[in-house]
Amino acid sequence: MTSDELALPTTPDASQPEAAAEPDGSKTVDRWSRPYAGWMVVARKEFSDHLLSIRFIVLILVLGVAAFVPLFFAASRIGSAASSVSGSPALFLALFFITSDPQSSAGVAVPGVYDFLRLFAPLLGVAFAFDAINGERSEGTLPRLLSQPIHRDDVINGKFAAGLAIIGLVIVGVALFVGGVGIFRLGIVPAPTEILRLVAWLFLTLIYVSLWLAFGMMLSVLVRSAATSALIGFGSWFGLTFFGGFLLSFLAGAFAPLSDTLLSTDPDKYLANSGLRDTLFRILPNTLYGESSIVLLNPTRTSISSLPASVDQAVQAQQQVGSLLSLDQSFIIVWPQVVALIALTVVCFAIAYVRFMRQEVRA
Amino acid sequence: MTATTRAPSKRRLRDRQARRASTSEGRGSFPIHTRGLTKTYGDLVAVDHLDLDVQAGEIFGLLGQNGAGKTTTILMLLGLTEPTSGSARVVGLDPARNPLEVKRRIGYLPDSVGFYTDLTGRQNLRYTARLNRIPQAVAETTIDAVLDQVGMTARADDRAGTYSRGMLQRLGIADALIKDPDVLILDEPTTAIDPIGVIEILDLLRSLVNTRGMSILLSSHLLNQVQSVCDRIGIFASGKLIGVGTVEVLAERFGDGLAHVEAGFDFDGDAQRDEVEAAIRALDGVVSVERGARHADPLTVAVRPPGAASGIRQEILAMAAREAYHLTSIRSVVPSLEDIYRRAVSRSGAADPGAVQ
Repeated sequence: MTSDELALPTTPDASQPEAAAEPDGSKTVDRWSRPYAGWMVVARKEFSDHLLSIRFIVLILVLGVAAFVPLFFAASRIGSAASSVSGSPALFLALFFITSDPQSSAGVAVPGVYDFLRLFAPLLGVAFAFDAINGERSEGTLPRLLSQPIHRDDVINGKFAAGLAIIGLVIVGVALFVGGVGIFRLGIVPAPTEILRLVAWLFLTLIYVSLWLAFGMMLSVLVRSAATSALIGFGSWFGLTFFGGFLLSFLAGAFAPLSDTLLSTDPDKYLANSGLRDTLFRILPNTLYGESSIVLLNPTRTSISSLPASVDQAVQAQQQVGSLLSLDQSFIIVWPQVVALIALTVVCFAIAYVRFMRQEVRA
Repeated sequence: MTATTRAPSKRRLRDRQARRASTSEGRGSFPIHTRGLTKTYGDLVAVDHLDLDVQAGEIFGLLGQNGAGKTTTILMLLGLTEPTSGSARVVGLDPARNPLEVKRRIGYLPDSVGFYTDLTGRQNLRYTARLNRIPQAVAETTIDAVLDQVGMTARADDRAGTYSRGMLQRLGIADALIKDPDVLILDEPTTAIDPIGVIEILDLLRSLVNTRGMSILLSSHLLNQVQSVCDRIGIFASGKLIGVGTVEVLAERFGDGLAHVEAGFDFDGDAQRDEVEAAIRALDGVVSVERGARHADPLTVAVRPPGAASGIRQEILAMAAREAYHLTSIRSVVPSLEDIYRRAVSRSGAADPGAVQ
């Protein structure tokens, strides 16, 4: 700006206004026609809005609980066992997935950090997106926003980016906190591969969060009222988390029935039932996330499912010497799960995107 | 509110010249120009083959009932809705093809405008400035200036959630002015503003046109406001423009073919009143002379054809001077837009019964 103003009088051809105006004019046009990062402006505003909102406090509380509670119980367990397991390859990562010793936590197995995230990340994703578009509509700000020189998808992209950034920031913060406590209080120092695994797992968590963000975004486009959208979003989370498993087990029982008493069940039949149940459970994003999390965090896990596919395989597995997987081998195992999560995210976001682009600006 | 207008800085003028040059928009062309613009929603024809021209430096009023297609037209001009057929050119550009450049140069105040309730008025405007990529230093001075123009400086740092409807509308006008637009499109700009505020806003619009050569398209159903500020008026009914022009032109077209002159006298007695009435009635072109309800009310003189009104006025003046009547006032009565509008809408309904539900 200032240099622009200053530059004009010093133009040697001041006597020829056309010549002087020409380069300046083209510069102006340049400034206007530069690739337009409207979504960054939107994202920046949304981000600062989020930071000051009540839901940010809820986010901190929820993730704080997700970090503190497991850490507290896991720490005592690791601390007591550390001497016997010293040299164990994934002790640092155990901070993130180890469940508490039921004896030390009043008989309740407190889930690990990743389990908490599996449970609450959907809640956070929906909470930061359910009113993204319909909120603008009901406040009457959407026509004004869209009449500014930005593309229409800048709005939805910017809001998505801001939501992901803020949740991601806090999740990374929590992971660093847990890691920090592990290093300082317990004296567990991470190996380079463990750090890589942690980064990979954080990345996976971000994908999981963005799935639910995209889901919330989709609701905010499809449902005109923010309250209804919130209800559907939280309802889906609740239903999937608490009734999804029940319903799918029931389905598995219908297609691969077990005998009346478990003891008399033929092992093959039992395995068929569990196999089908596992497959059905993979419809649920939280299963996909949980399965791949544990494989990424725990190098001793050599398969996605804890269940063998047949009796022979079970026997084989028992004879196997416990071995550690390298990171790329773990990647190969979780790849289908990760792709499925990404695909679900893309579908949700695409529906939101296409519908938003075609929607009338007026309510 | 102060009616001061920003003096256009050198830079802004250069910017504007550059923008003009870059879009091959010649002098004398129309900032808003549509041909056969049509928008249908299923069977409903919202806008029906609209030919609309708004000239540079004029205030054009779109007049129409709710659902007549005003807002749909505006959205098509902004590129926020795709026309079904026909073409629109705004500042020489096609809003459907080049929406960004169009939106950069048009200030738009939506119908029932809203702001982020958790942000202050100033923060809301700052966001708009950023979306328009106005450098921060320029934005701050511009925001101060537009807030002052709409009389919102005192409340600028309160949360927008605490504003009244009228204040939101003022802020909306400020918001539309931030980008220093070439064309201002205002959808129902004054509906919730108090009467004194309306006068201030209309003065502001007039000064924007006069000092900066801005073109303004405003839609309203408040007839006297439209009449007082607009250079030309378009009457909209069922998606069609059924009449365009100045109030006088519209009056001639949709009026009853009469013009009215009001003449006030201070009579010496009833005899003189009768004498004067008879004298006026005898003038060529006078159709009727009517007394007001009260004694002191002026006489209303109906004139046909309307063009003869000024001649009649002069003759009455000359007569009063000649005969030493006490003429206290004489003026042409501006035809009421309400009458014109009512006749225009009912006439279009009669001519095209299918168009009106």
